[in-house]
Amino acid sequence: MIWRFGLLNATFEPLWLTHWALAATLVLPILFGLLGALFSTRRVLPVALACLPILLAGGLLLIDYQQAGLLRWQWQVAGVTISLRLNGLGILMLLVTQWVGAAAALYTPGHLRLTNPGKLSRWLWPLMGVLISALSLIWVAADLLTLYAALELMGLAAVGMLLLSGKPAALVAGMRYLLLTLVGSLAYLLGVALVLGYWGQLDLQTLADVVEPGPVAWVAAALMGAGLALKAALFPLHGWLTPVHESAWTPVSALHAALVIKASLFILVMLWSILLPGTSFAPQLVAWLGMLAIVWGGLVAWRANSLKTLVASSTVAQLGYLMVVFPLLLGPDIAPLPQALAWQGFWLQLIGHALAKAAMFMAAGNLILATGESSLKGLAGSSRRLPLSLLIFGIASVTLMGLPPSAGFTAKWLLLQAMVMTQQWVAVAALLVGTLLTAAYVFRVFRYSFDEQAPRHHYQPLAPGMDLIALCLALAAFGLGLLAHLPLSLLHGGVV
Amino acid sequence: MNAAWLPLTTLATSLLAAVAIFILPEEARRLRTSINLVAAVSKIILVTLMIGRVSEGYQDTFSFQIIGGIDFVLRADALGVMFAGLSSLLWLCTTIYAIGYLEGAANRKRFFGFFSLCVASTLGIALAGNLFTFLIFYEMLTLSTYPLVVHSGTAKALAAGRVYLRYTLTAGVVLLLGVVMLYSLTGDHSFASERGLAHYLNDHRGLLTLIFALLVGGLAVKAAMVPLHGWLPRAMVAPAPVSALLHAVAVVKAGAFGILRIIYDLYGIELSVELGVTTALAIAASITIIYGSVRAIAQQELKPRLAYSTISQVSYVVLGVSLFGPFGTIGALAHLLHQGLMKVTLFFCAGNYAEELGIHRIDEMNGAGKRMPLTSLAFTVGAFGMIGLPPIAGFITKWYLGIGAIQGGMYWVVAVLVASSTLNAMYFLPIVHRLWFRPGPAHGQGEWPKEQCLGRLETHGWLLWPAVFTALISLGAGLLAGLPFSPLDWAARVAVGEYLP
Repeated sequence: MIWRFGLLNATFEPLWLTHWALAATLVLPILFGLLGALFSTRRVLPVALACLPILLAGGLLLIDYQQAGLLRWQWQVAGVTISLRLNGLGILMLLVTQWVGAAAALYTPGHLRLTNPGKLSRWLWPLMGVLISALSLIWVAADLLTLYAALELMGLAAVGMLLLSGKPAALVAGMRYLLLTLVGSLAYLLGVALVLGYWGQLDLQTLADVVEPGPVAWVAAALMGAGLALKAALFPLHGWLTPVHESAWTPVSALHAALVIKASLFILVMLWSILLPGTSFAPQLVAWLGMLAIVWGGLVAWRANSLKTLVASSTVAQLGYLMVVFPLLLGPDIAPLPQALAWQGFWLQLIGHALAKAAMFMAAGNLILATGESSLKGLAGSSRRLPLSLLIFGIASVTLMGLPPSAGFTAKWLLLQAMVMTQQWVAVAALLVGTLLTAAYVFRVFRYSFDEQAPRHHYQPLAPGMDLIALCLALAAFGLGLLAHLPLSLLHGGVV
Repeated sequence: MNAAWLPLTTLATSLLAAVAIFILPEEARRLRTSINLVAAVSKIILVTLMIGRVSEGYQDTFSFQIIGGIDFVLRADALGVMFAGLSSLLWLCTTIYAIGYLEGAANRKRFFGFFSLCVASTLGIALAGNLFTFLIFYEMLTLSTYPLVVHSGTAKALAAGRVYLRYTLTAGVVLLLGVVMLYSLTGDHSFASERGLAHYLNDHRGLLTLIFALLVGGLAVKAAMVPLHGWLPRAMVAPAPVSALLHAVAVVKAGAFGILRIIYDLYGIELSVELGVTTALAIAASITIIYGSVRAIAQQELKPRLAYSTISQVSYVVLGVSLFGPFGTIGALAHLLHQGLMKVTLFFCAGNYAEELGIHRIDEMNGAGKRMPLTSLAFTVGAFGMIGLPPIAGFITKWYLGIGAIQGGMYWVVAVLVASSTLNAMYFLPIVHRLWFRPGPAHGQGEWPKEQCLGRLETHGWLLWPAVFTALISLGAGLLAGLPFSPLDWAARVAVGEYLP
């Protein structure tokens, strides 16, 4: 498993251009974010200009990775070794982060102009920049301390963004989120301290060599796992998620659901594969919880009356799919083929969900903005007036349902194949039931919207491009199912 | 020489039409109509080209890799182009009909967009070269049909849509499980492969049977086999062109076609017989045939009666497949086309009666033959075909099915056929009798429920000509069955390919 995370020695030194590309990836988002606060922009063009160099840097890194393979960096700063590495998975997640981040950033000006929030809104830009930088750092960090720093930064930026809307409900939910994310960080930090005290190592690669199974590894894994699960809103630690999304701004919700919780999950899988190689209890526990998550999240979304609650609860259920895969990724005695399939399916599902959920939050935000109502009943008759927003919602939900030809389907296919090969029939059943539950709550939205007998309301026109950005994200998730070999070819470990 | 562009372009015609329609504004009626018609006609041309290529012995294949070991494959083989031909021909007819039917109605952009997607899915189903590709288009069909079923937006339509989704999505999940299990056992298995799955028989007999049950169980929902048929009569709330498409080529036929593919191109007939699944299928099909007909008699409204008739008629295809022998196969394949042509005619006519005269119930149809002679003639042709009277296409299939049953030694199937034909006559002949021989409003007795004079002819031309056209083709398919490229001839070609490698 370790090699899959690129914790190996690199063959080639990074080129000088690669250094710059990496630096640009990590620093430019913060820099542009500060500029955004300075000028308090509400126009699309400057945002697009700011996104461009960051996306270019990401593209450069991709090219460098394809030529040189795994890349590593190490610095000594004040006696502490900071190490970064760029492997296939890292670059893939980095690109997803950058593109989803760019989409959210491009969506924001229109949203700000239409909702016209107070002066606080200018601080959205630096927070967004910090968030993107911190996420990028998480995908490439290769030691526990850097990971901690990035995780903390990401969590605080996320809390800040959620608090920005300033409504009382947002403040309550945001403060609860802050508290929980601090508790999560604390648990994580305790785990790090334990590891450092016992093995004297923070670098993941060295750690992987020296760690041996025993109570220390278990306790450390449990502490870190609990902290990260709390941050990733894994069932049953998901209670904070829905209220937070209920009152957040649309682009913030999109970024949060698409990327922030995924980052914690990423760290969780990586650390457990180092600390708990070949154990069955912990992954099995996560898998059982994942099955409950699929059912619970689906049922809550099904019963939801508000559109945002529906979309947020669906995240809980979708994370359940990923949790169910844990035994195949981390468990003992898994044959190479099912493990490889599960590995590919896991990340494809994660990426597909990231794109689709971002699109779905934007589509839902557009619907709420245009109709002025946040309840499902408020959607009645909207199919005639807002067909495009509904179509985007539909395309995104195809991915969530896991119907072909979306990324969700191909991912589910890979996971099902791995599960059938290893005879995990309960997990198979959970995935299939999840499909039906997802369809149940998604089509509730459409049932309301197709109602032709509803009274006509006045609809607020949307800013141009708000639908278009969401459509691009939804189509990306949709088309990724057929083009799955492109991202998956990056995942074949760190070795070229 | 492999013309990979051919299947791809054919698929693209409907897909691009759908995209273009979605981009156009709601008001662009003329442009939308032109796009629809140009796409439908060019698709017919492309499918004709494809049929020509197949008859010359080529199998044009387009494929690319999706993930390791699994490819997306479109292949034009004899069975596939047969279904593609039906789909493209009926797309043109139903599109013309729908343009007339929905004149002035709301949400036409949504309707035609999803209509095109629906047809694109059926073409994908026809040309799918392996089970994975088939599954992709099969699920696409489910999704693209939902907006059509709930099109009117009434509470009844929305409830029907919910039932439709419950049935089809659950079936899709069952099918997915079957496909995944099959892939885990055998890997990617092309429909073009000659080997079948026979070499897995010794070690995995139980598993193969289980997978077969999952696959066919999943497909049987769309094919509306009893007891999985509940969605079909409810889906009748959809507009008439949708019902026509659903019953003639899209959803119901997709299920039947899938069963054909599974038995002929995946398992192979010998293996299916060896596993004993064909007998089970024959019994299920027979039950469906009789049950559908009996329920049809009980219906007082025209469209539900046609719906139950579909349930009964589509299982003829399944019945023919499960008879071991070339004649049963020919009957099944020919019926796939014949039933589509006749049923689409009947639904067009039912829509015409409803639009022009407001007729929904059968007892309102007295004397409609005088008021709408061409529509009623077309209806009569379709009804006689369904009963199986010569020289209409339906006779041919029943004849071949009967021969197939006798050759296969399954004499009880002949009894089922006779019983079914009798029942068909019992529910179609009274309608025909009412149309022509009972005096009604046209003779000065009573009034039509809601008469509209939609055109210079008996009704709007866009509504009338498709019905007449498909009726003529149903007649022609029976009369000229001996000519090359007739449905029967093509079915025989496919059957020969299956039995004589």
